[in-house]
Amino acid sequence: MGRKLLLENLDKPEINTIDGYIKYGGYRALEKALKSMTPDEVTEEVKKSGLRGRGGAGFPTGMKWSFLDKSTDKPRYLLCNADESEPGTFKDRLLMEKIPHLLVEGMIVSSYALGCRTSYIYIRGEYMFILRILEKAIAEAYAKGYLGQNILGTGYSLDLHVHPGAGAYICGEETALIESLEGKRGNPRIKPPFPAIAGLYNCPTIVNNVESIAAVVPIVNNGGEDYAKIGIGKSTGTKLISASGNINKPGVYEIELGVSVEEFIYSDEYCGGIANGLDIKACVPGGSSVPILPKDLLFKQSDGSPRLMTYESLSEGGFATGSMLGSGGFIVFDEKACIVRNTWNFARFYHHESCGQCSPCREGTGWMERVLHNIEYGHGKMEDIDLLWDIQRKIEGNTICPLGDAAAWPVAAAIRHFRHEFEYHVKYPHRVFDADHVYQPEMKMQTV
Amino acid sequence: MTEAKHIELSPEAMMEVGRIISHYPADKQKSALLPVLHIAQKEFGGWLSSESMDYVARLLHIHPIEVYEVATFYSMFNTKPVGKVLIEVCQTGPCCLNGAEKIVSYLEKKLQIKVGETTRDGMFTLKTVECLGACGYAPMFQIGETFYEHLTEEKVDNILLEMRNKNS
Amino acid sequence: MPKVTIDDITIEVPAGTTILEAARQIGVNVPPAMCYYSKLKGSGGKCRVCLVKVTKGSDKDPRPMPKLVASCRTTVMDGMEVRNVTSPEVIEARRGVVEFLLVNHPLDCPICDQAGECHLQDLSYDHGLSKSRYDFERRTFERIDIGDKIQLHMNRCILCYRCTQVAEQLTPERKHGVLYRGEVSEISTFIATAVDNEFSGNMIDVCPVGALTDKTFRFKSRVWFTKPMYAHRNCPTCSGKVALWYQGEEVLRVTSRKDKWGESEGFICNECRFDKKNTSDWTIEGPAPVDRHSVISQNHYELPYELPVNQKKLSN
Repeated sequence: MGRKLLLENLDKPEINTIDGYIKYGGYRALEKALKSMTPDEVTEEVKKSGLRGRGGAGFPTGMKWSFLDKSTDKPRYLLCNADESEPGTFKDRLLMEKIPHLLVEGMIVSSYALGCRTSYIYIRGEYMFILRILEKAIAEAYAKGYLGQNILGTGYSLDLHVHPGAGAYICGEETALIESLEGKRGNPRIKPPFPAIAGLYNCPTIVNNVESIAAVVPIVNNGGEDYAKIGIGKSTGTKLISASGNINKPGVYEIELGVSVEEFIYSDEYCGGIANGLDIKACVPGGSSVPILPKDLLFKQSDGSPRLMTYESLSEGGFATGSMLGSGGFIVFDEKACIVRNTWNFARFYHHESCGQCSPCREGTGWMERVLHNIEYGHGKMEDIDLLWDIQRKIEGNTICPLGDAAAWPVAAAIRHFRHEFEYHVKYPHRVFDADHVYQPEMKMQTV
Repeated sequence: MTEAKHIELSPEAMMEVGRIISHYPADKQKSALLPVLHIAQKEFGGWLSSESMDYVARLLHIHPIEVYEVATFYSMFNTKPVGKVLIEVCQTGPCCLNGAEKIVSYLEKKLQIKVGETTRDGMFTLKTVECLGACGYAPMFQIGETFYEHLTEEKVDNILLEMRNKNS
Repeated sequence: MPKVTIDDITIEVPAGTTILEAARQIGVNVPPAMCYYSKLKGSGGKCRVCLVKVTKGSDKDPRPMPKLVASCRTTVMDGMEVRNVTSPEVIEARRGVVEFLLVNHPLDCPICDQAGECHLQDLSYDHGLSKSRYDFERRTFERIDIGDKIQLHMNRCILCYRCTQVAEQLTPERKHGVLYRGEVSEISTFIATAVDNEFSGNMIDVCPVGALTDKTFRFKSRVWFTKPMYAHRNCPTCSGKVALWYQGEEVLRVTSRKDKWGESEGFICNECRFDKKNTSDWTIEGPAPVDRHSVISQNHYELPYELPVNQKKLSN
């Protein structure tokens, strides 16, 4: 059983209240940081911990913090990205719903480190019920003197607010989030300037994922070095993995980075194996935008060693044979799952979520969805597969924000690893229909 | 639906609007647009007419077009009337692996409407939406602020009944 | 001053200059621009046709940039090296972007007033495929009037946002904007509102395609059958420096003067644009320069030397 730093007290009674949270060691990091550490010392611990952004990009959090422009008199802002919308990802929700004070404490400590006087938690609008939970937790923290003027008599003051989105995946992109927080359409900004120089209201701004901010609490409590002891290489600490799809035990698991993929899927501690006694076909290990990996590439790296749940191991081999840890949205497909149908589904998602600002994404995502729909519903042509490949290639890397890449990668990976399923759909559309879109390889057709 | 002339938020909602505006720097009240639109939508029958959007623009001292641009961008804002109960079924990948499409068909059959339509009595509107962050608890839908997860046909029946009783 | 090398030509430019502006100063192999407009703040970065490859970031940090960058929004650094037409990757990406811009475009050039001076037409001539690979229904919108002088043909729009920037930066209140999102985004007023102010007509000039057209010129003539003349008048509102587009002795339309890059040299007011259509309203300066490659110069262009005489006649 691995160490748990975030969800350790998940099942403790009243952990959602401030008293329950304090009873199990809550707000110790706040006292420690504000009373005995300078802001730079807090940042230093975060750097030492090796914590990498848990939202998906995996950029070192401490380094991101060090980019914050402290040379101006402008206010600085810390924004928590709680816009969790990547299909397959629901970890932040659990954390905020069950242990809201962990995020609140993380926000206070991180804001202190960055010198912010006002900070915001930007939460997706669909999580309105969690917004209420967070607002209650924040009110409790104000009442206890952990927020507001002169926190615990240290002279440090902070206001923390929760801001709801209203249904836009793109607002998880940090500059779109900032635009949205300014009351505008969620159109990502053209960078540079980066938020650390000119973000919210044109002021220096840091945007961090919920889980990254929560991780600052154990990092301050136990020291960055202790955190860095967990994990392998540059993948330090623990990570929340949201497991879904055709598995026996879907849910959120806190793993020590470095657990093998095989163990994660088959161990009873985690996913508990594939549901209904079926075999696994494929897995999207890091949220819908990362490349899908077929079974034979999922468990082993190209050198034959076991593939591990780390940033490096999951991306080993590049996109040819690897994928990404991403946001930890771990979606498992059993042998009957139809890759074409799922690829179409994801393409529809990105089509729906494109902000429409830049041409490759605006026009390309819809085009891909239509071609995939044709293939899935029996109107595909063989050349459509190459066309799809070409469209995704012309979107990738050519857009303002990473949504273009996120839309292109799943299509590319599906064609790369499951071209035979696309061809099967084109060749035998009626068989796909007869099987109610459940994928049945040709040789198994007699048994259907 | 609301009369253009009588558009006004309730005193409680106005208090809430004031509280929200206070979260942002003095000259940045436009930041309050999304939360205030949520409130307006709730107060004005679950959707935003151009009159209610103009009203919000006046509340926040911004141009009406700035409100229209935002309200039409975000999928949670309805710029057309909806039923009393808006059912939003998640139809993204992980939910589909666990039968979301069957739940949609069941709802269509049960309510005798297609996705995007409202029942003739104005009670239910059925909408499919993209990932709601409940992939591990699929299939699911959202009504108002509540997530209904691990749905089965029986569960759906019960929820519909409960909603009908609560709203008639 | 930083030195930048674009397609092997080096130029020194003031700090803060973008790659695209530096390329314009060099004057050859300039990346195309569909959304960038030097006179509009915040424009650019959206259409992606100006993507270039930065093979060397700067002398200080010589690493190449990992992705193609929008040349209109990327500032040059000292020692930067850029590839535009000399990079197959850039040409390939640009072809891709042009294809994307065209998938939902109606290709109704034969009945479009913009034809002949349309930047999308030029782009597809340079980079487009001869055949569309998009065999789905194109998105369509109803034509709408934005005020009584401007027609919005949303089907042709490429969402460059320039017209919203004109409204934002030249008029007291922006009444139109970009509504909805993604593929179905549209330029609209949402509810029928007249966009009516002294400078709204400039939206027509900045529109790179035929989405916003001058209703007073609608279907009057193909642009290559008209002859542009520079003229001016004492206008209390704007500079009064315009181009008059003649067919015979008749002024069919009035526009602002366009520079080498198709940008307005100075915005003009609606009175000059829509209401002053007599030669007698203007002092004629002479024929407007027309690019040798422009379709307008294909019109056996002859200088209307006799015009000053006609002008006298008309004013009599």
